[in-house]
Amino acid sequence: MFEAPDALCDDSLEAPVAPARVSEGTSSCRESDRVTGEAYSETTVWMLAVRDQRDKVAFGRLFDHFAPRLKGVICRSGLPPAQAEDIVQDVMLTVWRKAHMFDPGRAQVSAWIYQIARNRQIDILRKEKRPVPEELKPVEDTEDDASQVVALEQETQALRAALKTLKPAQRDMVERAYLGELTHAEIKAETGLPLGTIKSRIRLGLEKLRHELKGTERK
Amino acid sequence: MTGITHHIPDELLIAYAAGNLTKAFSLVVAAHVSMCDECRARLGAHEALGGALLDDMPATEVSSGLKGRLFDALDDPVAIEQRHDRAGIFPAPVMEALGGLPPKWKPLGLGVRQMILDHDRSGSVRLLYIPGGQGVPDHGHNGLELTMVLQGAFRDETGRFGVGDVEVADGDLEHEPIAEDGPACICLAATDASLRFRSFVPRLLQPIFRI
Ligand SMILES: [Zn+2]
Repeated sequence: MFEAPDALCDDSLEAPVAPARVSEGTSSCRESDRVTGEAYSETTVWMLAVRDQRDKVAFGRLFDHFAPRLKGVICRSGLPPAQAEDIVQDVMLTVWRKAHMFDPGRAQVSAWIYQIARNRQIDILRKEKRPVPEELKPVEDTEDDASQVVALEQETQALRAALKTLKPAQRDMVERAYLGELTHAEIKAETGLPLGTIKSRIRLGLEKLRHELKGTERK
Repeated sequence: MTGITHHIPDELLIAYAAGNLTKAFSLVVAAHVSMCDECRARLGAHEALGGALLDDMPATEVSSGLKGRLFDALDDPVAIEQRHDRAGIFPAPVMEALGGLPPKWKPLGLGVRQMILDHDRSGSVRLLYIPGGQGVPDHGHNGLELTMVLQGAFRDETGRFGVGDVEVADGDLEHEPIAEDGPACICLAATDASLRFRSFVPRLLQPIFRI
């Protein structure tokens, strides 16, 4: 989509940055009143701490996890590393500022950040405002329904497991479709795109999400 | 919104989620998702997959100063974003494109009116106003055309389209949509190529009308 093939990130082969333990401060967001006893994923715990306590240590951990991955994704579009980092910074700043919109019952942290990254990348690079759907009103009670959150996390785990079963060529095609390298016409025409394989997972996720969305009020 | 039977196909939802859809088509997707819980859920599922891929990406080292610069900016004052809410038949993304104002219609002849919302080399998106019982000028198109009904309904060779429905017409479909009797049919229509109107707007005039 964004052509600059001569300026590829060339530092992608360097050692991955392990999430640094920036300090001993824990993100202890409501862990005590979790009813199910099932643990939330680390990123969800961090994100909730950012949302509910404006916890900068937790935000630092989110940064350590997502910034190097976001940079990798953005670099795939051919942007020079410095410009890619500007977008990473903007995306993470948006994550911090829009944290109150995060609803773990509707989207996983990774999905939420993926969507923010796409919006910001387009707004910045195309210098236009990307049309976005109306936001659903956040659920009335501030308490997250833990069982819903855990169920969504399990769906995502299953989706991830399904992705792992793909052959390399299929995986490559999925990445190109979801990371913005194929047009809608190419996605439609691409028979190698294993939509069948992932579709059953998506459908399950869809049933779940549809259930979540039922009865939610719009502004 | 109940009663929606014509939805956004997967390839368009994926391209939208991935940020690889023109602004014109993105507006139709955003408008439809605003009115359709099913497509909102499907988009959510695609975004879940996109998120899983993001999570799986190999890490690319970021420069050492990036985190510090970001943390320095966390407490900066934030400009309040001016956003337009849904109003009447127009969902929020359409109100956004209208700048929060009612549409300024331009007559196209025979009671048909339009307002261009956005137009560039990648395509165009407009509002169309077609009086009840009136046909939309017969046209074919070179590329893809998405038409979403905001008020009233229309029928053509492929079926009936009511509020919230999206017609996806590609390539060589030559169709003759006719607005149902009753209130005017108002549509949001996006194309990725110039329409070739056959009836009353000669092709030479297309640049003037920006059709
Ligand atoms: Zn739909």
